[in-house]
Order: sequence, then C-alpha cells, then structure tokens
Amino acid sequence: MSTSTMSALDAKRLAMHAKRKRVNQIALSLSLAAMAFGVFWLLWILFETVRLGVGGLSLQTLTEMTPPPQADTGGLANAIFGSIVMVGLATLLGTPIGVLAGVYLAEYGQKSWLGGTVRFINDILLSAPSIVVGLFIYSVVVARMKSFSGFAGILALALIVIPVVIRTTENMLSLIPNALREAAYALGTPKWKVILSVTLKSARAGVLTGILLALARISGETAPLLFTALSNQFWTSNLGEPMASLPVTIFKFAMSPYENWQKLAWAGVFIITIGVLLLNILARLLFKNKH
Amino acid sequence: MDAKVDMPVTEKAKLSVRNLNFYYGNFHALKSINLDIPEKKVTAFIGPSGCGKSTLLRTLNRMFELYPEQRAEGQILLDGSDILTSREDVSLIRAKIGMVFQKPTPFPMSIYDNIAFGVRLFETLPRVEMDERVEWALKKAALWNEVKDKLNQSGSGLSGGQQQRLCIARGIAIKPEVLLLDEPCSALDPISTGKIEELIHELKSDYTVAIVTHNMQQAARCSDYTAYMYLGDLIEFGPTAELFMKPKRKDTEDYITGRFG
Amino acid sequence: MAAILPANSYDAERQLERTQPQGSPPVRRRVAPWADTLFSLLAHGAAWLTLALLAGIIVSLLIGAAPAIKHFGLSFLWSSDWDPVQEKFGGLVMIYGTLMTSFIALLIAVPVSFGIALFLTELAPGWLKRPLGIAVELLAAVPSIVYGMWGLLVFGPILATFVQQPLQSLFSGVPFLGALVSGPPVGIGILSAGIILAIMIIPFIASVMRDVFEVTPPMLKESAYGLGSTTWEVVWKVVLPYTKTGVVGGVMLGLGRALGETMAVTFVIGNMNQLSSLSVFEAANSITSALANEFAEAGEGLHQASLIYLGLVLFFITFVVLACSKVLLNKLKKNEGARA
Repeated sequence: MSTSTMSALDAKRLAMHAKRKRVNQIALSLSLAAMAFGVFWLLWILFETVRLGVGGLSLQTLTEMTPPPQADTGGLANAIFGSIVMVGLATLLGTPIGVLAGVYLAEYGQKSWLGGTVRFINDILLSAPSIVVGLFIYSVVVARMKSFSGFAGILALALIVIPVVIRTTENMLSLIPNALREAAYALGTPKWKVILSVTLKSARAGVLTGILLALARISGETAPLLFTALSNQFWTSNLGEPMASLPVTIFKFAMSPYENWQKLAWAGVFIITIGVLLLNILARLLFKNKH
Repeated sequence: MDAKVDMPVTEKAKLSVRNLNFYYGNFHALKSINLDIPEKKVTAFIGPSGCGKSTLLRTLNRMFELYPEQRAEGQILLDGSDILTSREDVSLIRAKIGMVFQKPTPFPMSIYDNIAFGVRLFETLPRVEMDERVEWALKKAALWNEVKDKLNQSGSGLSGGQQQRLCIARGIAIKPEVLLLDEPCSALDPISTGKIEELIHELKSDYTVAIVTHNMQQAARCSDYTAYMYLGDLIEFGPTAELFMKPKRKDTEDYITGRFG
Repeated sequence: MAAILPANSYDAERQLERTQPQGSPPVRRRVAPWADTLFSLLAHGAAWLTLALLAGIIVSLLIGAAPAIKHFGLSFLWSSDWDPVQEKFGGLVMIYGTLMTSFIALLIAVPVSFGIALFLTELAPGWLKRPLGIAVELLAAVPSIVYGMWGLLVFGPILATFVQQPLQSLFSGVPFLGALVSGPPVGIGILSAGIILAIMIIPFIASVMRDVFEVTPPMLKESAYGLGSTTWEVVWKVVLPYTKTGVVGGVMLGLGRALGETMAVTFVIGNMNQLSSLSVFEAANSITSALANEFAEAGEGLHQASLIYLGLVLFFITFVVLACSKVLLNKLKKNEGARA
C-alpha cells in the first residue's frame, strides 16, 4: 500500500472519527441532562412537600379530628389512625397467603401447569389497576353489606399485598441453591420442614423486604379505598363503618377550594411521604445486613 | 457389562446394587450396574466426567426422587432389603444413609443447631443428652476443638474446610450406617483436604463409606476398594491396591495411567 | 499404593479423643407425619386462591357491568355521550383520555429513562452511582397522590405560565400544531396529566433499564471498546440489543402503571366528560379519574353499571398490554436463538 492510499484511508477514518466523537458527546450530554432532569423533579417534589407539609404540621394535626371546611382547628388524627389500622391488618391478612403461594411456586409448582398458570395470573394481578380492585371489593362486599366499611378497605388493600408478596417470595426462594435443600433431605428431613426450617429461613431477609415493600406500597394507595372504606369525618374504630384514611382524606381536602383543608392535605402528604420513604430505607437496610 | 465382583469371602456387603439402570428422561445414564459395597470399608468411585459416579451415589439414598424426570430401575439392597421398593418412609431410609456434598452446605443456624437439626427430626433428647450428642459428633468429625467455644455462632462463619467437617458432623449425629461423600474435597484447599482424608480413615471403623472423587490419587490414598466407571458402565471393581497396580482391564489401565482424562 | 495412612502415632492420639462407641442402632420415629400433607395443602390452597381471585374479579366486573353492556353493547366504546340525567353513557372520552395521557407519558419517559440508565451505568463516577441509584429507586416509592397534589397545586400553574401560554402564542395560526395547543392554558388537562404520569413512571423504567444494563457481561462491552467504539456506540449497538428483553419488559411495566394510575391523573386532568377539541391542553377524563370522581355517588343502575363497564375496559386494556409484552418477549428470545 502506497503512502498516499494510506493517508487517504487515514483521512477518511479521521473524518468519520470526528463525526462519531461528536455523536458520542451529544449522546452523553443528553444522558447527563436526563439524569439531571430526573433528580430535579425528585428534589422539587420533595422540597415542596416538606415546605408546604411542615408548615401545616403541628401537634394539633396529630391529635385532632378532621374539621369541617373553613374551620380554625382540626387535624388528621382519625385519618392517621384509620390508615395505620387498615394498612396493618391488610398486611397481616395478605402476607400469609402471599408467602404460602410463593412457597408453592418455588417448592411445589416449578414445572406444573398450576404453577405456570398462577405465575401468569399473578403477573396480571400485579399490573391490574388498583382502582379495579376497589371495584371488585365494592361489588362483592360493599354492595352486599349495603355500607362502606373499614373491613372492605382492608380486603381491597390485602388484594394488592398478595401479588407483591407472591412475586418477591418466589424470587427469593428460587435464589436458594438446591444443594442446601438436598443436604436437608439427605438427613431425612420431611419436605415441610426443609421448606420452613432451611429454605424459607435462608431467604427470610429477602422475603421480609418484600413484605415491607408491599406495606409501603399500600400505605400510599388511594384508589382501592375510594369506594370501599370511603371516608369518615369522625373517629371510628369500628371496622364495620366507613373509615377515614390519610390518602382519601388528602384527596378530598386537596381538591377542595378551602384553605384549611388544603393545608391539612399538605401535612398529610408530608406524613405519608416520610412514612413510605422510611419504610423503604428500612427494607433496604434489612436486605443489606443479611447479605 | 457386568463387573466381576472380587471380594474375599469374609467381607460382608452392606449395600448391594443389582441390575441398576438409571434414566434422566430418555438418557440412559447408568447401565445395568452390579456391585457390592463392603461394610465398614471405604469404597471409592472414579472415572472421567459424566461417567455416572455421582448419579450412582445419588441413587443409594434415593436423592434422585426429588426430580420427576429421573428414575431408577433395579435393586439396591441395604443389609439385604431393597430400598427402592421399600414401604418404609424414605426419610427413615435417608437417616440410615448420610450424604455430604461437593460444596459445604451449612444451614442458616448456629453450629449447635446445625448438628442438632437432624437429631431433632427423629429423637427427643433432653438438653444434656443433646449437648453430649453434639459434642460427640463434632469430635468424630475432628471439629470439636475448633468450635467448642462458639457453638452458638452461625455455621456460615467457618472456613470452607471447617464447614465441610460441620456437614460431616451433621450427617454423623443421626448415627447412620452408611456415609456417601460426593467429591467432598473438590471445593477445599490442600490442607483442609488432608484433614478430611484423615477423617475418612477414622470414620471407616464405624461406618461404611462410599466416596466419589475426581482425584485418583485421593482414591488411592483413602480407599480400600475402588470402582472405575465409564459412560454409565461399571468397568472394574476391586481392592484399591490391585486396581491401581494390576488392573484387570485395559480401559482401567488407560484411565489410571492418564492416557485419557 | 495401599490405602492405609502411615500415621500410627496419629492413631494413638485419636484413641484418647474417641468418646463412646456406637451402641445398637437408634430407634427412630418420624415427627408429625401428617404435617407434610397439611403444609402441602396450605401451599396448594393459596395457589388456587390466586386463581379464584382473578376469576372473581372478572366475574364480578362482568356482572356489575351487565346492565350497561346489555343496554349499549360495544357502541359504548366509541360513543362520547356522558349524561347521567338522560342515562346515556359512552366511554370514548375516558378511553381516549387514558390512552392519550399514557402515550404522552411514554413519549417523555422512555428516552429520559434510557438517558438516566445510561448515565448510571456508564458515566457516573463511582461515588455518585449508589446515591443516585438509590434516589431513583426512592422516587419510584413515592405514592402517586403526592405527584397528583404537587401537580395540581405547584406544577400546574407553572406549566400554564411558562409552557402552555408561550406555546400557544408561538403556534397560533399554525395548522396542525396550533390546534394541538389551543384550549385553556390553565395547567390542567391531558398534557399536564401526561407530564405528571411521565415523571411518575420514569423511576420504574429507569430502574429496570439500569438493572439490565448492569448485568451485561463486561467482556461483551470490552470487545466492543477493544475495536475502538465510543461509549455511545457500545451502549446503542451492543448493550441495548443484548438487554432488549429487559428493556421492553421495563417499558411495558411503565405503560401498565400509566394506564392504571388514578391519583396522579385525577388531580390534574380536569374531570370533564366532554372532549371539545383535539388539543392536549383541554380538560378531559381518564377511565380512572372518572371512576374516582363519580363512582361513590353514582346511583345504582345504569350510571354505576356504565362506570363498571369502563373499569372492565381498563382491565382488558392492561391485560392486552401484558399479553403483548409477553408475546413480544418470547419472539425476541426466539430470534436470539435463531441467530445463535
């Protein structure tokens, strides 16, 4: 190859290279912009939530009931209580079912048709809009009982917990190597004990994380409660009555034109955000510690 | 291909394999195996990868039954009675035939509980007796001195060699009659391997030991009898010294002298 | 080569350490043999329960919507009347609202998520990777009602002043674009809802993309770099094709969430059951916002049945998206096999 051909080749390569370099620069700057874009929204939303939320937060907020519009006093006590009760009971109800079904998928149904079907159905339930779950519970429970109730709200939330826990339990159990199971079987351990004392025990950090994440998720859910637990202006601990909850109360107050209601709504949003973020951080730490 | 079972009359067979055929789905993995594993001796299984030695070991405690596409036909006699068709609960059979795997598998619990786990399945012992059993098992596995002060710590905190000895202690604690070792040293460094080999020599006075190994020298060091397998067939079986110094079949000789690997 | 170890002294040592020899074989009994059956029953039962739940949801939706289905049939899907007084219902406005807001959300979210995932895996300096990654994941955990409220009370007014009004004056008179940005620029409407939705689903899609980018084998990337590729070329031509199944899965996940999202949309979409123009600035309704606003007060009868009919349609749409994503993923996997 003569030098002139070589330099022609080089020149072509250099020209292409310059163009490629430019494309690279543009693409990478855009990616930086995208990252900044994402962080920007997060910071702005959190900032506003804190600013407007802390402003409306006081001891009153935690101790007094939801007020009528344009009142001077009032808080979110009944809504907070209702949320804690419904979210807690829903998690307690949904977790055993979810864990057991997850155990089925990972330990009994790896190749069966039931296992395949349940996996597919779980995917559907996971991506089903939560408002549809509310509709379902409405038709089945509220219409029958002829009244909205905290109980219906708990059922609706539990139906959201179950698919999440099934997915995380199955994933965590599948990560446990078969050798560990075989070692237990080799000792003559019966299957139920292998699952409970060895497999599930080894996976417990991941499974617990999944449960915590499900709990965090339903703490912020509004739609399923809209026509199941509805809301209640007053305090109630009777699950057969409509029950106030933070998300539904926020929804009602924020969409209204009344200033005291809007302030309380921001305070509520602040409380929910802090609660959910703390739960997520807790779940992360739990997972990290065991690994 | 039947191997001539060359055993002196005084040796009693603990496990007898008769016409054993094994299938992974349609794949014929073990072909008509006939073999007697002598009592209270160490029998080693050697052969190139894929020859079926681990498969054979895993039929002896019916471990293959966990996987529906695997099946065995034939007889496996433990002290004369067939375990493949036995009506006894498989858990009780497995309690008589212990197994240690390639990678150490400590359970997610304390060292004490790891040992006690198997015992608690079958016996209810008062605390004092359980302590004694745990100590006995750990001494037998040559691990007691290293862990006696940390019985409440997690088993996964031990080194690889210690974990493997923990698994052996766990298997011994339920007082089996046979110990199956599936390449127990392949994940361990040479020093830990040496300790385990010493242990095997110890254990044979109380248990019948069957060990699968990739390492011919290990077989030569540890075992009394050796079986050479190739592609699902048992090619030759005999006292270790004879098999390694004067193998009866050319295939065996080729493998041992390294003509193929 | 005898199989006997040379250490006789070793034997003597061990003699001292040996404890009680084995006695007669131990008596063994099984612990609670019925426990296996019980546990298996429980696990199987839970699995069947999941099946029953889905069946129950579909059946109850069908029963609830039956009056409306009988009355309107499939024409419900393209009629835009919504008159509770005259009992005439048609879901076109809501269906359009749902689809349009989700479309806008994906349009914005997919490129941005891709950029974020690219940044997190290739560009971010080590010390920044973890905190930023955690920040993105925490964004995904923020409840949608926060987005909704923030969108209504903070973002909407700003969107109106700084984006909508300028856009309107910019494109006024331009044939297609002008129509697209006509309508009241007050910060609520389809565009606002779409943007809020986008911000909401970005963390999901970005996390999934980041996760699959991260598990690309380093050797694959190194081979590309070794040939002299730029970072962008490696990502676009090697990593993305390698991870396309995960990427598609992530996008579908985001789409599913956008379609079914209630709160983030209800606050800012404007709750209008008529669609006066094609403008994205118009207030409208999505299926979820219509349900959220009207269901609790809707009287038993055709109004309620029509709303449930809408819920059924939404469920069907999310199911179709899920099924399509599974089919697409299967096809992609098969293509990879053929090429290999």
